[in-house]
Amino acid sequence: MNRLRKVPFWSWIWFVLGALYFVLPLYATFGFSLEMQRDKLSFLAYQRAFADPEFWKTFGYSNFVAVLTILVSALLSIPTAYWIRLRLPEARRLVEFITLLPFVIPAIILVFGLIRIYSAPVSVPFTQLVLFQPLTNSRVGTTILIVAGYTVLALPYMYRSVDTGLRTIDVATLTEAAQSLGANWSTIMLRVIFPNLRSALLSGALLTFAIVVGEVTLASFLGVPAFGPYLFLLGQHRAYEPAALSFASFILTWIAMGLIQLFTGGQGQAAGAH
Amino acid sequence: MAQNTFSSNARRWLGVLPFFLFAILFLILPSTRLFIGSFTNSQGRFTFDNILQLFQQANILSAYWLSIRISAVTALGGGILGFLLAYSVTIGGLPNSLRSILITFSGVASNFAGVPLAFAFVATLGRTGFITALLKGFGINIYDAGFNLYSFAGLSLTYMYFQFPLMVLIMAPALDGLRKEWREAAQNLGATYSQYWMRVAMPILLPSILGAMILLFGNAFGAYATAYALTGGTLPIVTIQIGAQIRGDVLHNPGLGYAMAIGMVFIMTISLIGYSLLQKRTEKWLK
Repeated sequence: MNRLRKVPFWSWIWFVLGALYFVLPLYATFGFSLEMQRDKLSFLAYQRAFADPEFWKTFGYSNFVAVLTILVSALLSIPTAYWIRLRLPEARRLVEFITLLPFVIPAIILVFGLIRIYSAPVSVPFTQLVLFQPLTNSRVGTTILIVAGYTVLALPYMYRSVDTGLRTIDVATLTEAAQSLGANWSTIMLRVIFPNLRSALLSGALLTFAIVVGEVTLASFLGVPAFGPYLFLLGQHRAYEPAALSFASFILTWIAMGLIQLFTGGQGQAAGAH
Repeated sequence: MAQNTFSSNARRWLGVLPFFLFAILFLILPSTRLFIGSFTNSQGRFTFDNILQLFQQANILSAYWLSIRISAVTALGGGILGFLLAYSVTIGGLPNSLRSILITFSGVASNFAGVPLAFAFVATLGRTGFITALLKGFGINIYDAGFNLYSFAGLSLTYMYFQFPLMVLIMAPALDGLRKEWREAAQNLGATYSQYWMRVAMPILLPSILGAMILLFGNAFGAYATAYALTGGTLPIVTIQIGAQIRGDVLHNPGLGYAMAIGMVFIMTISLIGYSLLQKRTEKWLK
């Protein structure tokens, strides 16, 4: 019995080792970011970084894209998962297969394919009729592409969390009850289904936010003015400001994950962020 | 009547139309384009040549090999460290408060990647980094000893930062699934703690450990941003090579670039299938 209840010496060793791995890079980054002024610790690097209008422009753009991504992936996931549960169970396997695909198609491959398809004019199949000009040539076009790309990356997580959320409520009964009280479809979606999915959606949204705001792969290949590429370029010719912004984005990720923990008690991890 | 069921069927499928339309436009179409491209030569005809070239060109083979090695090393290293950490906070006897700290931190770190992660490691293990300087104080110069952050070892250490937290997140619930009754039963039959681990716990956990490590492998294999931000494209892993191919046809054969991309998807698919097979075996014992 004693052998099982001894002081967990090795457990402490592993924990301390893991904690050091976590903390040392952050400590080093934070420490470095304070050393901008000679012989004196200061937040000058942070002041300089946040004073750059380019920072606010790219950070704002990334937040805008993140919000759009969250909206689009929620609008795609909720009605689809709901409809499959209610009326179309035979589509379940196909839809689940599609939501698994982003796990085998890394971000770099996805953007490769998107660029090859949408750098040419899109025409009606088998005709010469041009629907619209290459999406990669305009700001609106690249924004559409990047929101679509991020939605693809967020889809496995968003769809699964919505579907799991729907499993815990009796969709059919709720729908019938609402219908018999005279509710139409939009009322059912907005006032019955949506409120039941709030925590599933919130964690999906925060995770999407954490990943989209600093994303580099899609953003740099599509050439959008996002925060990730900005930080990368800043790192090419500055030393202290990028460290400050790196530390700040770690804090931001932490806030997003902390909120997920707070709201759901669960954990999330999405594909394609690395 | 037949007309009626047909139209009601079509109406039912109409409900999922937006989803499929989106998936076709932004997922199926782009990947099909790469797939078709990898079987097309410069004259636009069907060919197996691009796929064969993957196995013949030394620089492509070595890119795949480098990616596979980095992914395997970080999956194994991250897997072991992550498992031990998950063990220490679940059944290893550490206080419960440490568990929630570790889980939250793992959630953050497994999503902390790309440019900020690369910068953090430059500040830690770069030539003037914190640990580099610290060790210099003890008379150890890791760069003289052959270490370089912008190399295989450096990139692996950096990847580990998001690898082992992911392992913690996957393994903690699995370790929770080990029932106390199994250990007590083993003890009552006279088993020692190590016998219990080798003959009872490990056989139950092994499929889930291997499955998680395969997931870690895929996680590192598809990574681009971290490697690019850290090495600036000098370490020729597959994703970096494909990135160069997108920016300009560095292989001088578009079809070969598509074939490289499809080769990656193929390896990722194999690892996902391996993961889901092992996951099924896991579910037999652990819920």
